[in-house]
Amino acid sequence: MADTVVDPRPDRGGPAQPLVIAKSLKRHFTISKGLFGMKASAVRAVDDVSFTVEKGETLGIVGESGCGKSTTARILVGLTPIDSGDLIFDGEQLGGDLTLKDLWAGVQMVFQDSYASLNPRLTIEDTIAFGPRMRGTSTDDARALAHELLTRVGLAPERFAGRYPHELSGGQRQRVNIARSLAIRPRLVILDEAVSALDKSVEAQVLNLLTDLKAEFGLTYVFISHDLNVVRYISDRIMVMYLGEVVEIGPVEKIWQRRAHPYTAALFAAMPSMDPDDRTEVPPLAGDPPNPIDPPSGCRFHTRCAFAEPMCGTARPTAMPVAGDADHMAACHMLDPASGHSRAAARIAELAA
Amino acid sequence: MTEALVDIRNLNVRFHGARTVHAVNGLDLSLKPGEVLTILGESGSGKSVTLKALLRLLPEKRTAISGAMTVDGIDVMSLKGRALADYRGGTTSMIFQEPMLALDPVYTIGEQIAEAVCRHKGISRSAGMDVALDMLKKVRIPSPERRLKNYPHEMSGGMRQRAMIALALSCRPKLLLADEPTTALDATVQIQVLLLLRELQKEFGMGIIFVTHDIGVAVEISDRIAVMYAGTLIETGTTREIIRDARHPYTRGLLAANLHDVTPGTRLEAIPGAPPALDARPTACSFAPRCPEAGPVCSAALPPVLTPGAGRRVVCVPKADRFAGATSAAPAVNA
Repeated sequence: MADTVVDPRPDRGGPAQPLVIAKSLKRHFTISKGLFGMKASAVRAVDDVSFTVEKGETLGIVGESGCGKSTTARILVGLTPIDSGDLIFDGEQLGGDLTLKDLWAGVQMVFQDSYASLNPRLTIEDTIAFGPRMRGTSTDDARALAHELLTRVGLAPERFAGRYPHELSGGQRQRVNIARSLAIRPRLVILDEAVSALDKSVEAQVLNLLTDLKAEFGLTYVFISHDLNVVRYISDRIMVMYLGEVVEIGPVEKIWQRRAHPYTAALFAAMPSMDPDDRTEVPPLAGDPPNPIDPPSGCRFHTRCAFAEPMCGTARPTAMPVAGDADHMAACHMLDPASGHSRAAARIAELAA
Repeated sequence: MTEALVDIRNLNVRFHGARTVHAVNGLDLSLKPGEVLTILGESGSGKSVTLKALLRLLPEKRTAISGAMTVDGIDVMSLKGRALADYRGGTTSMIFQEPMLALDPVYTIGEQIAEAVCRHKGISRSAGMDVALDMLKKVRIPSPERRLKNYPHEMSGGMRQRAMIALALSCRPKLLLADEPTTALDATVQIQVLLLLRELQKEFGMGIIFVTHDIGVAVEISDRIAVMYAGTLIETGTTREIIRDARHPYTRGLLAANLHDVTPGTRLEAIPGAPPALDARPTACSFAPRCPEAGPVCSAALPPVLTPGAGRRVVCVPKADRFAGATSAAPAVNA
């Protein structure tokens, strides 16, 4: 790799310092209704979301439409401003020591739609070289870098460098997007449903590529997907979101064994069975996810939860460690012995077993 | 043997335009009454084109179709005018991936269902509205009386998909064609719609041809699975046979790529390369260039149709013959 071409942002806090600390992130989109924009209501896309991304890990984010996973991703790349909360990137706070431009030097994103995210009038070589050139790399060096990256993502530069996006297949375009995201040597890459639009046989190729690149470039990933099998394969930890809130977060295998939040359990149970002799008989949830405009009060899942009690509709649950494990947190009244939920004691004992 | 509900013999679909696309090549498929068959395949495999051909929805001027298709004794290829209109929605009906695009935005759900029923059954409008209400109850839409007067945009995605199913089943078709009807839905809604379709299939006794790229969805819904690749049907069998004992290397590759039960951190066995362009009719196995087990014979001639069991079909050169000397196209053999 031509290290001299673009300097990666140096590591500051050492390996123990999380790469990203998100504290109480809030992002509401106000929508005006009625005459003169009166009666405004808000989409609470991201509402009091806190999490960390450790250096070198892959954090998977799962949830259904409207749960705020894409808005969270856009906040991390600085594409969407936050209403309140703190975003700390390797020890520096956004808006304080860290400017948006600094953030962009360290974080890149790959989107779901591989065609819409490429400029149709630039060759893929120019697309990849564009970022480094804007950061002061000479045209020749930037082109050399683009060729190296194309080789690295499995597209021979002599065949592909001069092509336009419409001359490539979906899998090839997504490889270009990945190469482009690496051109300015980011430390964090956000993959927002980056493999969802690909055919299964091509998806496996791209997942292998992402694994290789992560090791080679020392990257950290935030991987957003609705496919739990893919998330389990690639992630170290996963974060489950529902209507703008984090309902559960923890190491992937711990969550796979103990689905502490009823929504996590339902989401996993909704995965189609791969066994023709053991097909799903009862849908785990009824109805659609509620509209994130004016979401339900209290615990937002109480309208669809099988264990909901009146108190769930009034009090908002706080994240509690699952089975005393601070790495695995879930926000459910049944995990809080002081909440007053009638099943709390039994549920805590069940999860600790 | 009972009469087949659907019988497709040697279906070929070609699109003309700036370039010719051989979308479906020599497809043979049959469906018994009350059977659920899934056509599994990736984009460009010809699965949706096959469905649209069955309902004669492909643009006639730009499409060349040959072969024979019968549904419930009706020769689909020869249908014209009024007979075609009776067939569509009456004998055979279809649901799509995007209900928002499939439903008419300027009519209420009730009006759209009633219109179809009045047209096909020749009953009055008010009787049609009664059928519409009954159908909304059958697809478990909450407060159906109120939803009858809703426009499509007033409903959620899952509800719209239920409404489209109600519309498609309102005339009690013998065959339902389903083109990825759950792909655009959230996971917890997808499973509800799949289970609903399974229940309605039992209640109405119709046959379903379901198209999807998701093996998990195929397992949940189907009795049999047909796998397509690059316009050709490469393997057919019961759901159990395909999941437990896939014979075609492509089917096995697809099953591995589903990532079900893959140990995190291990390298995925990806199928290399990409599907071929479809601008010429294949003269050899289309999968051979990507196939880890291919031999010279595979790229020399069209592969034979093997029938390892009753109702089982695998289009692949038997392992022992792949490296044989210069052989011409092998005849159909029983393996």
